[in-house]
Amino acid sequence: MNDVSSIFKREFRAYFATPLAYVFIVIFLIVTGVFTFYVGGFFDRGQADLKPFFAYHPWLYLFLIPSLSMRLWAEERKSGSLELLMTLPVPTWAVVAGKYLAAWAFAGLALALTFPIWVTVSYLGDPDNGVIFAGYIASLLMAGAYLAIGAALSAMTKNQVVAFILTVTVCFLFTVSGLPIVLDFFQAWAPQFLLTLIAGFSFLTHFNTIIDGVIEGRDFVYFLSLIALWLFLNRIIIEAKKEAG
Amino acid sequence: MTTMLEASSLVKHFGSIQAVNGISLTVNKGEVLGFLGPNGAGKTTTMKMLTGFLNPTSGTASVCGFNIADQPIAAKRKLGYLPEGAPAYGDMTPRGFLSFIADIRRIEDKAGAIDSASRRVHLQTVLDQPIETLSKGFRRRVGLAQAILHDPDVLILDEPTDGLDPNQKFEVRNLIAEMATEKAIIISTHILEEVDAVCGRAVIIDRGRIVADGTPQELKARSRTHGAVILTVSAADAGGIAEKLAALAGVKEVERTDVGATTRLVTIPAGGADLVRTIRSAMDRENWMVEQFEIDPGRLDDLFRSLTHADADIKAEAA
Repeated sequence: MNDVSSIFKREFRAYFATPLAYVFIVIFLIVTGVFTFYVGGFFDRGQADLKPFFAYHPWLYLFLIPSLSMRLWAEERKSGSLELLMTLPVPTWAVVAGKYLAAWAFAGLALALTFPIWVTVSYLGDPDNGVIFAGYIASLLMAGAYLAIGAALSAMTKNQVVAFILTVTVCFLFTVSGLPIVLDFFQAWAPQFLLTLIAGFSFLTHFNTIIDGVIEGRDFVYFLSLIALWLFLNRIIIEAKKEAG
Repeated sequence: MTTMLEASSLVKHFGSIQAVNGISLTVNKGEVLGFLGPNGAGKTTTMKMLTGFLNPTSGTASVCGFNIADQPIAAKRKLGYLPEGAPAYGDMTPRGFLSFIADIRRIEDKAGAIDSASRRVHLQTVLDQPIETLSKGFRRRVGLAQAILHDPDVLILDEPTDGLDPNQKFEVRNLIAEMATEKAIIISTHILEEVDAVCGRAVIIDRGRIVADGTPQELKARSRTHGAVILTVSAADAGGIAEKLAALAGVKEVERTDVGATTRLVTIPAGGADLVRTIRSAMDRENWMVEQFEIDPGRLDDLFRSLTHADADIKAEAA
């Protein structure tokens, strides 16, 4: 645990050593605001909930999270500091976990800074705080899933732009796998159970269930197991890539 | 003598390329081993295997008795490593960076360790500037400070003086010599004078194999010019003297180099013949005017060139 926390501290501080942290947080807050109030019609709906706020998170994360995750490993590989890191007396899993948790904590911090919107809705009406809380947790979990995918794909390349594009693509597939755009492709020939399975991989399906107020264990299990899977892949990729030099 | 670092028949393939092809070596406490070879010969790959960054295709390495593959954490604790190019986190300050390393290495007295390591490599003046703003020499010293922070038993330094000016090189060599009694140290270099300056033993590798292993003196003794007699004479006399030298018993060949008004005649012995006596008596006999009389102990660069292949030949093998 000591290893994970040393890596975590370094990584988390690194966000604030460059303008990245500030740029990310400011853009994230502006964009969530724009989507909630203009696109989502927060006021026009006349309902005291945060649905228009959360509903756009999958699409925001699709571009913002890969910009956070793209540097995680690609930068280390390019600068050669990976060699330093991997010859320190820490197991690979601790480095993977420490880096990932720092990125997730940072995304969580950005999300937490949207609290004025909760304050607003509580002031204007009497929202169901349980659902809002579940929405935040769901959003955090989804950010975590995007990040886990992004971290693993960042380990594939020394080029951050390539990492970004790969991550957006894979995350997009995971996001929309429950929508007709993907399902139509399988509809004609695939059996029903396969369709259900593919749809079941969709971030949107699981995310929307939670923000609608249906809080079921399996949606949480889905996100957590997806994170675990991608972190496992991350470790395999980084071990394989360092061998290749 | 305690063996601190041991490698046996290390082999590394990258796809179809054989970067390292059966390297075995041991380094004892108190020893500084120079690792020589042309670019692409496999020096860096070997070091990456010794430090556990790369897994060997076959063969094993151990640090202080810990096998690097089976007990990587225990082995890495005993090890200080300066990777090629001294990578670090550019956005951190040396103090922040060393403090991170100290955390990872679980050093109790963090401030003390940072203070003593940065003092040893003369880093105090820049401790609070971002590493990316530092000169190449300072960056290299940050890497060195990182490697010696936990006072490791084994130090592996990949081109520690690359990019340093002559004063800094001198300091780093002194530092290595100073630490040598307590540790086992491997340095890779392609600067041959460095081997003379700090290494008790040198290994020359070429195309992934060890082609020579010995003390610098032993290696020099194997060079073509070992025991050659060098006479500096006036340019006018040079022709006649060279002819007579070439006719002496035990002389392989005479090389002449013109230096201004004088000429250096290098008489190379055949098969280890002792030329000193022969040439001295010839000088007395013939009454040559000799300005300078030298005996060549042999040259590492000669041996290096004769044992290794040019960069172009092995470009394909460079990983």
